[in-house]
Amino acid sequence: MLDKPAANTQPVGTGAQSAPVLPVDIRVTGLSKTFGDVQIFKDISFGLSRGEAVAIVGANGTGKSTLLRCLMGLIPADGGTVDVLGTEVTSANAQALRAMRGQIGLVSQKHNLVPRLSVLSNVVQGLLGKHSGIRHWSQALAPAASRDAAMEALQRVGLAHLADRRADRLSGGQSQRVAIARALVGKPKILIADEPTASLDPSAGEDVMDLFFGLAKDEGVTVVFISHNITHALQYGDRILGLSGGKMPLDSRADKLSETDLRGLYD
Amino acid sequence: MTDLNTHVPSRIERPSAIAFLGYAAAVVIILWSFAGAGFSVEKVVTSPPRFADFIERAFPPNLEARTLERLGWKMVETLQIALAGAVLGVILSVPVALLAARNLVAGKWINQTVRTTLGFIRAVPDIAWALIFVVAVGLGPFAGMLAIMIDTVGFCGRFFADDMEGVDKGPAEALTATGARKLDVVACATVPAAMPAFVSTSLFALEKAVRSSTILGLVGAGGIGIELKVGFDLFDYPSAMTVILMIAVVVIGIEQLSGWARTKIIGEQR
Repeated sequence: MLDKPAANTQPVGTGAQSAPVLPVDIRVTGLSKTFGDVQIFKDISFGLSRGEAVAIVGANGTGKSTLLRCLMGLIPADGGTVDVLGTEVTSANAQALRAMRGQIGLVSQKHNLVPRLSVLSNVVQGLLGKHSGIRHWSQALAPAASRDAAMEALQRVGLAHLADRRADRLSGGQSQRVAIARALVGKPKILIADEPTASLDPSAGEDVMDLFFGLAKDEGVTVVFISHNITHALQYGDRILGLSGGKMPLDSRADKLSETDLRGLYD
Repeated sequence: MTDLNTHVPSRIERPSAIAFLGYAAAVVIILWSFAGAGFSVEKVVTSPPRFADFIERAFPPNLEARTLERLGWKMVETLQIALAGAVLGVILSVPVALLAARNLVAGKWINQTVRTTLGFIRAVPDIAWALIFVVAVGLGPFAGMLAIMIDTVGFCGRFFADDMEGVDKGPAEALTATGARKLDVVACATVPAAMPAFVSTSLFALEKAVRSSTILGLVGAGGIGIELKVGFDLFDYPSAMTVILMIAVVVIGIEQLSGWARTKIIGEQR
């Protein structure tokens, strides 16, 4: 198991003398989660500053996806607190949770597009957090401004020409690009990606990662991503959080780490 | 290579004593049911001559133009009862299924109450619903349509709910993560994902409705069933045979059409 590097445990802006003080978008304190009798993780704490790109790494079953779900309030935590963009997730009501989630974009391993709907409808639905109701159920009903925003998001991922194609007729790489467009269309402050390249071939995976982080950097958003690809974690993450044995033994700047350091988490 | 020292499972697993008793009990219950149903080998052996007598008296079927016209219009009415009842039933089944589906929009008490009610609706045969609606709204096709409608709600409400519970939860979670409300998530992710199953179930419901509507006339709820009853009551077997053949042709035709529509609509999904 790795030791937590003492000099790098502070989030950007809270410890370095020369760095500008940035707002903290996510603050996790003493977070614990169990499923039945199985303790997934216990007493995890960290903070993420605006604009940081943070990779969460660790072996299968260490609770990486569970941690992301706790951040978004999709599953309840058993202990500790989670503050996301000023919303106390663990105690927020449904309305506050929806408002918080409306500022987050999620990209999943399985893309999770609605298969029988068009690409444009899928992207328009990314605005449901900000505009609830029937007008955002489909591109056919959507206001012109929402259709324009969705087309712009598709343009940015290079798929505007496939706007009227059914989502289940896309390749894996195209499908993930649409998922990225859906996550970006609402102009989120935080982007969360759960193994975004796991179901793609290496070439498509590289393309998607380049696109995802290029767009995230353009927008200046905070990015939290899970990756089993150590090279991706070091290449795209400013900071690495490592989960192992129900703890977070690694919290370090990426440029201070080598692939060998991360491999220790998988032993 | 297989290690011969390891245990190789037997080809046929030996049942436990409890399982053996269960199989034996099942055989006894089946034989008991045959006895209760009055199964008689003697009657099976002696029935062919009587059956042949019926066939002889029923053939050729009555193909007079006036009879065919009268029965044809009755068959049209039968299909109208089936189509109107099935369409209304399918439409009503969607909100009912939303309430019956677990972990969707309603709490578990509502889920259970709606599911129990749907179970009750299914438990009552369509002919019994027709009798109830004849009392409620009078003789005629409207009573038949209501019977088909309620029967369809019992069938589709249950299966639509099961279909929605069984869809991939990924798209729903993705929309929940954008901050979408429950109703938005159901409308945008759950219902579209369940739509192929909805279409398939609805077409089965239509087939079932056509079959049911052909006999609702026996209790005065409209349709061609009354012509079958009159044919047998008056020993007009040629006309009764015409009705039977018309029902067979229409039901088989509807099944073929439904199968074709199912392939066209759902077969396109990859």
